[in-house]
Amino acid sequence: MTTKTPPLSIENVSVAYHRKPVLRNITYQSPEGECVGIIGPNGAGKSTLIKAALGLLPLAGGEVSIYGKPYSQQRKLVGYVPQRESVDWDFPTNALDVVLMGLYGQLGWFRRPKSEHKDRALEALRKVGMESFAKRQISQLSGGQQQRVFLARALAQEAQIYFMDEPFVGVDAATEKAIVQVLHELKEQKKTVFVVHHDLQTVSEYFDSVMLLNLRLIASGPTNEIFTTENLQKTYGGRLAILPPQTNDLLSTQ
Amino acid sequence: MLELFRDANALWVLAGTTLLGISSGVLGSFAFLRKRGLMGDVLAHAALPGICLAFLFTGSKNPLWLLIGATLTGLLASLFLSWITRFSKIKEDTALGLVLSTFFGFGIVLLTQIQHSDFGNQAGLDKFLFGQSASLVGADVVMMGSIALVLILLASLFFKELKLLCFDANYGKSLGFPMVGLDFFLMLLLVVAVVIGLQAAGVVLMASLLITPAATARYWTERLDHMILISACLGALSGLVGTILSSVATKLSTGPLIVLAVTLLFFVSMLCAPKRGLIAKWLRLIQTRQKVRQEQIYVAWNQLGNQTVTLTALSNQSNLSPAQIRRWIKQQKRGGQVMESAQDTFTLSNASWKKANDTALLRLYMEMWHMYEDIETDCSIQDIEQLSDLPESLRSQLQSYLQKHIPEEDQTNYYVTRKAGME
Amino acid sequence: MMSSLWIILTGALIASSCAFLGCFLILRRMAMLGDAISHSILPGIVIAFLVSGSRDPLPMFIGAAVFGLLCTIIIQLLRNQGVQADAAMSVSFTALFAIGIILISLFTQQVDLDLDCVLYGEIAYVPYDTWTWSGVDMGPRAMWGAGAAFLLSLIIVRLFYKQFKLTSFDPALAMAIGIPVAIFHYLLMGLVSITTVASFESVGAILVVAMLIVPAATAYLLTERLGVMLGLSVLIGAICSICGYLLSVMLDASIAGCMTMVAGGLFALAFLFSPQQGVVTRWWIRKKLRAQF
Repeated sequence: MTTKTPPLSIENVSVAYHRKPVLRNITYQSPEGECVGIIGPNGAGKSTLIKAALGLLPLAGGEVSIYGKPYSQQRKLVGYVPQRESVDWDFPTNALDVVLMGLYGQLGWFRRPKSEHKDRALEALRKVGMESFAKRQISQLSGGQQQRVFLARALAQEAQIYFMDEPFVGVDAATEKAIVQVLHELKEQKKTVFVVHHDLQTVSEYFDSVMLLNLRLIASGPTNEIFTTENLQKTYGGRLAILPPQTNDLLSTQ
Repeated sequence: MLELFRDANALWVLAGTTLLGISSGVLGSFAFLRKRGLMGDVLAHAALPGICLAFLFTGSKNPLWLLIGATLTGLLASLFLSWITRFSKIKEDTALGLVLSTFFGFGIVLLTQIQHSDFGNQAGLDKFLFGQSASLVGADVVMMGSIALVLILLASLFFKELKLLCFDANYGKSLGFPMVGLDFFLMLLLVVAVVIGLQAAGVVLMASLLITPAATARYWTERLDHMILISACLGALSGLVGTILSSVATKLSTGPLIVLAVTLLFFVSMLCAPKRGLIAKWLRLIQTRQKVRQEQIYVAWNQLGNQTVTLTALSNQSNLSPAQIRRWIKQQKRGGQVMESAQDTFTLSNASWKKANDTALLRLYMEMWHMYEDIETDCSIQDIEQLSDLPESLRSQLQSYLQKHIPEEDQTNYYVTRKAGME
Repeated sequence: MMSSLWIILTGALIASSCAFLGCFLILRRMAMLGDAISHSILPGIVIAFLVSGSRDPLPMFIGAAVFGLLCTIIIQLLRNQGVQADAAMSVSFTALFAIGIILISLFTQQVDLDLDCVLYGEIAYVPYDTWTWSGVDMGPRAMWGAGAAFLLSLIIVRLFYKQFKLTSFDPALAMAIGIPVAIFHYLLMGLVSITTVASFESVGAILVVAMLIVPAATAYLLTERLGVMLGLSVLIGAICSICGYLLSVMLDASIAGCMTMVAGGLFALAFLFSPQQGVVTRWWIRKKLRAQF
């Protein structure tokens, strides 16, 4: 139905741990140049979807393609921001160095980072407001600053599609602002960004479109059409009751 | 072989190694469950400087002094270990290796110093490292056996508390048990178990005697008390087998043979244990795969909405290759569940058709259940194998979720939804 | 005098090459794998000895490296089968070690291999086992072996520095950008096996562990840059060798043991007084801060 190949196309994808299905028959085609929120309750398979798309988990069935080709051929087009807890922050290295790691994929097997790469890394750090921390040891950064370093690393990759796994969790206000700023800039550059997100109150503010996920894809599309009470109830089931009451005011009810 | 049982000393050795096996099997289980399996390795190496220091101070090779020395350095090592991980960014595995090798290095320095100076009867001190149970004599063995017996008694006396420590130390604290003290107590028991085993098995092999029986026992049971019993039996068995083998083949020392026996038991268990063993797992995998295949075909059949379908349609609907479907149909034909009504066109029997519809519906129900994990019910999601396993109240609840979730226009599940709605 | 120099040089090369690789081991939380590998090479050495019938370094080296890698593979297989990590490690290396000891006692006549020597090593004999190349005495063979292993590690780590760094820090990202994480894991294990083999004859299987872990852990407490950590650990390894030798002369005790004691002492100093992370330093800074308010 589209003339252009979509940035991310998920075709009937299922993922299972042991016998329990984690994702079932997800089919999805992403719009280009939008910021997409992946929303759903705990254990709904949000992070799993990202990891499956990045080839970090084996698929039980289906296909993922990035601009029409399998991920393994399109690695350079993809940037990844993992969850902050996934690494050991006592690792002996500084912020700039972590950002430089984002360029390793482009450097190939034997080339080493040069000053131009350093400049790019510094530029990425500047975008997240962290350039003055470039030489700071990573264990001495606050949680939010660590998150921004990870964001800068993905920016340095200069990818077309970004996957961010819960970047807003446990960060300070300044970091939150920096991340939102980056999301805006990426959108202006016509990049596609997928963000696993928890906080329902900010969904309408941050994302152009959403994927509502709970084992299967409940609904997807532009936020103002899809992010409705009805769809949320389908996604969260009984758990929606425990969300703060003001959430309802923020929903775009018909 | 028979001579072995006539020789009093050999009998003592046999009894000693068996008791040693039991005590290390029991204590090793606790260490294993505390994820401290490598502690045995560390404590065994840390015993060396203690043995040497005890010898330097007392000038005697009385096993009691050596034992006290080794226990003290073992405890010191475990203290260092917890300090290093608590007060620096060093991770546990590094701390283990660090303490182990530094203590051992210190021990070697002392040992070589003793050897180079003119202490009269130092010969045999280093035998503590490799184990020499063939040359063990009465007095040593009696001491080893009786201390092992004390350890077993203490462990059974404090079984409840140690169990709590392994399972949920924080909860134990809230009940008013002194968990830190208890942890230290367990460490003390472990140190003593390692130290008495050194003479028989040696440093490296003692580490194995502590952890392997426990890891083996884990394959056979899910319960702690059973696990400890099994682990004790395995320890005893390998002690027996190792000692008997080494008395038959006089060239071989007991320690390595005990370790080989216990490792063999481990691998056999890994393969053959009834639930967690590899063979059982493999069989289960095949079964599951067949079940999943059957489910896939049933669901596809149901989605096609017709008792009679063509092979091509079934293959397209289920994403299975025609060959895979044919194989399944061949099995089913034997029982009369499927009939080939025309070339490549198949009809399900009435019973199977109902089964197919039930399977498809159950699958949707289960999906709902996974989505609404907070449903209040007494039954567990793992116990549900077929539609009739679902209690009526739960079923109606799932049904209402289903109608909310699966839109009428969802073509792929159209048939089931409509049918479910009519019921 | 000359022999002292050879001993110190050999010791320094061994300690440095172990410490260098040890950095990656401790950063990957695989420190005890060094322990496992150093024990499990024993049967490899004995088998190579039996097959070749000589103390030629090459067959021994191959045998040991094969068994070192075998041990890591068994551990990995056991872990994939759901065996707890510590159990997987203990089971595999103790079993291999037991096989080694049994082989030695079975073939005592053929094997002119001193068990004590394998376990504690005797670096004092190093100067007497020299390598003669086209009639020229080139110095101790052990030194050349350790030097070659060190050079190999340096070259490979230099070539793939960024891959080793990234797979240690963030394996998920490494996988996502297409770095074969498993290959680098086994490459590192291979290097550790080779280095262990080159060292065990001089410092013994167990003290190899000390050289793998202790200097690297000391460097880890002293710096916050990986490059500096690597350099520092090499330096600390060399210091251990020099001071260890002097200490052993003073105490009339095992050189390898003294090297370990020096390493342990340096670690204790770093643990207490490291400029940023030392226990005493932090306590002192806190006290000073409190005095200010």
